[in-house]
Amino acid sequence: MKLAYWMYAGPAHIGTLRIASSFKNVHAIMHAPLGDDYFNVMRSMLERERNFTPVTASVVDRNVLARGSQEKVVDNITRKDREEHPDLIVLTPTCTSSILQEDLQNFVSRASMDTQGDVMLADVNHYRYNELQAADRTLHQVVKYYLEKAKKKDELPTGKTEKPSVNILGISTLGFHNQHDCTELKRLMADLGIEVNEVIPDGAAVHNLKNLPRAWFNLVPYRELGMMTAEYLESEFAMPYVDITPMGVVETARCIRKIQQVVNQQGAEVNYEEYINNQTLYVSQAAWFSRSIDCQNLTGKKAVVFGDNTHAAAMTKILAREMGIHVVLAGTYCKYDADWFREQVSEYCDEVLISEDNAEIGDAIARHEPSAIFGTQMERHVGKRLDIPCGVIAAPIHIQNFPIGYKPFVGYEGTNQIADLVYNSFTLGMEDHLLEIFGGHDTKEVITKGISADSDLNWNKEAKAELGKIPGFVRGKVKRNTEKFARDRNLSEITLEVMYAAKESVGA
Amino acid sequence: MTATQQPSALNFECETGNYHTFCPISCVAWLYQKIEDSFFLVIGTKTCGYFLQNAMGVMIFAEPRYAMAELEEGDISAQLNDYEELKRLCLQIKRDRNPSVIVWIGTCTTEIIKMDLEGLAPKLEAEKEERNAISKLMNFGRKKEEVKQEESEYKDHQPLVLFGSLPDPVVTNLTLELKKQGVKVSGWLPSKRYTELPVIEQGYYVAGVNPFLSRTATTLMRRRKTKLIGAPFPIGPDGTRAWIEKICSVLDIEPQGLEEREAKIWESLEDYIKLIRGKSVFFMGDNLLEVSLARFLIRCGMSCPEIGIPYMDKRYQKAELDLLEKTCNEMGVALPRIVEKPDNYNQIKRIYDLKPDLVITGMAHANPLEARGINTKWSVEFTFAQIHGFTNARDILELATRPMRRNNNLKELGWEKLVQEEAQV
Repeated sequence: MKLAYWMYAGPAHIGTLRIASSFKNVHAIMHAPLGDDYFNVMRSMLERERNFTPVTASVVDRNVLARGSQEKVVDNITRKDREEHPDLIVLTPTCTSSILQEDLQNFVSRASMDTQGDVMLADVNHYRYNELQAADRTLHQVVKYYLEKAKKKDELPTGKTEKPSVNILGISTLGFHNQHDCTELKRLMADLGIEVNEVIPDGAAVHNLKNLPRAWFNLVPYRELGMMTAEYLESEFAMPYVDITPMGVVETARCIRKIQQVVNQQGAEVNYEEYINNQTLYVSQAAWFSRSIDCQNLTGKKAVVFGDNTHAAAMTKILAREMGIHVVLAGTYCKYDADWFREQVSEYCDEVLISEDNAEIGDAIARHEPSAIFGTQMERHVGKRLDIPCGVIAAPIHIQNFPIGYKPFVGYEGTNQIADLVYNSFTLGMEDHLLEIFGGHDTKEVITKGISADSDLNWNKEAKAELGKIPGFVRGKVKRNTEKFARDRNLSEITLEVMYAAKESVGA
Repeated sequence: MTATQQPSALNFECETGNYHTFCPISCVAWLYQKIEDSFFLVIGTKTCGYFLQNAMGVMIFAEPRYAMAELEEGDISAQLNDYEELKRLCLQIKRDRNPSVIVWIGTCTTEIIKMDLEGLAPKLEAEKEERNAISKLMNFGRKKEEVKQEESEYKDHQPLVLFGSLPDPVVTNLTLELKKQGVKVSGWLPSKRYTELPVIEQGYYVAGVNPFLSRTATTLMRRRKTKLIGAPFPIGPDGTRAWIEKICSVLDIEPQGLEEREAKIWESLEDYIKLIRGKSVFFMGDNLLEVSLARFLIRCGMSCPEIGIPYMDKRYQKAELDLLEKTCNEMGVALPRIVEKPDNYNQIKRIYDLKPDLVITGMAHANPLEARGINTKWSVEFTFAQIHGFTNARDILELATRPMRRNNNLKELGWEKLVQEEAQV
């Protein structure tokens, strides 16, 4: 047993449901007790989904405990098949079905005799895999199922597309900024003259999966989702894959160069160097931002990074390599894939933390006192408590991390978005710091009405000059605080001494 | 149900039970806030934890007094000893938080693997030197729904004890409302602190304030030998008046000035009521407040074709059901069909057919229905808002009319249906 207040990755079935609900016309049936269909609420609220989430439950109740699911699961599958005619129904086990150990595969086989669509049992064990691993496995399972089916029926299209083309693997529902990333990747591919063959799972139809081998290569933008599928396609169909996340200027270039290599090996003759150069220097603003004096101010500032493997690793490299920020700690909650993370970030940070325990991360942040945090919603709240600004870079996320506006993290527009995120986090921190230096935060007491010059208090020349030196955005507050201090002590003239005394008293 | 009004009794149906609702472990969210010296330990899996974490939103960050005892594979296969594991965690909680009571919430998993929490609790409790009660709620998703869970605390004292967890301002309000009639409330179950639970002795009167407390009512009657005052629930001015009147009549007190009080409240609600008069409301059903809310909204002039409800205790809710029937007859609207254990898929078909002006539903269906031009109100808000007593009738209508008011503002834009064709469910 483990005492837990918070978890970073969800249970396995969430991963399976994310894959199922990403595909078009695929329905998931959870073998679960009443109340476990909370996924639908998340999908509907976080993604503001207009359509009903294609997930229902075959409810495990006391009768099921006593007699087993018997006809119930089969009935629910065939019923859903009749009602909505999905191409595929994915029977999804939960923690409850893991313990009941019913032969769900048998139910699937029986049900599929009576259904128009296909039926499969998601091969995920609650106690072995988390959300991310389960999503990876389920995607692989679905792809493999349809490719084998096509092979058996001799329906596999032969040969490659005429022009260089790519499958983008791993874009899914409830993924962090996945929709925007997908648009940006398509744009990038268009710029490179590469056709997008299929994007899976998001928005894909299962019957198109047989076309996957027609692409020249696969692109796996996220470490957590799509790798198993890419490896499968490589071993079965000799399709190369590119697994460099194009996040940040340097990594985007690296990803593009790898793509160049992969397509040139297959007979294309492309050279992307000029494109990379042009984007880096003149189109994307991030390289210029790194050079600008704004970013100079960030040099050596301390930051802590925590998140999933993809985002935490990419952010660590961007902060350290592209912005000169001192990453004191980089961490991931993807324990199962910790070696990869260590290898990616160890040269860019002082310390690596692999943990699923939010208290441990919170303590580490408190110990390091960074100027900014880049983490999940949990780290954002740690930041709130410690008065340290936080940019959210990875799931778990809240509704505000599903923005309506265009906010990719990958590609060249992604580099701009990340630069804004980083800069805004630190500026806010700086502002806070200045407030602290020059007289503290607003109090709830009404001090004076405004910051107009005509107060009843007399500022002497030196004091007035000193006030003028204080940055504009905090000047009014300093003035009010000083005047309140003076008024409380019945001082009619404000001198330098009074100003400093006021500052000290607020600090005390 | 037929379209014409008929004096026949209410029509009860039962569907498949394929509906969306919150797992009952969500009760910790407000019970830990209500009982200030408690700590709730949910003994379950990652699934339970994930639900709580997401359902509770920002509350999770406020150092809540609840946690998961997350079961691992070793717990399931009994390689680890339940008793030792629970002892370790409870000592840690005691050290870090020092609560007056630790409430164990049993879950589907503890039920299936037959973890004997009821047996372990007294053993573990006795082992501690200081008094640190551990009580246990069986809290099983497969049996109960959402709010039903707050039943089951015990103890109390004096002639009339009220049961049901309400925010403190509402407790004060209802207590004062009864005081006006000369009725003394000697205790509330639960109270603000576990150490202040009232004593309940044989022969006391008890009355419920919420419709989902039938197990608590049963326990109070059978185990504590109290007498239950079966009344409609104090939701809406009509319900509040009926509730007070029933209590008074049982205690042999002549109620004073209630009629005027109710009339005055209705008068003050008119600006809201005119927005919904003549409109229809459909309850998909997920929190057991449905009958009381429907009865109130029908009194406000709405019609109600269907009341979905997870579970219907016709004995505990009898007075409420009678008032519903009476209200329908007086307002001249057809009696609703009451659908127990509804089937959400079928309900959505019926919603398409009936085109109600307002659907009260969970969040899984709210956005998809709105996108199809159907006004919805998220049902869970009714369990968190203050809806009891005369004073809070306004808050119910504030919630119920919000989609109408919002959509009135947007009406001229012509953005009704925001999904393309394929209006399949």
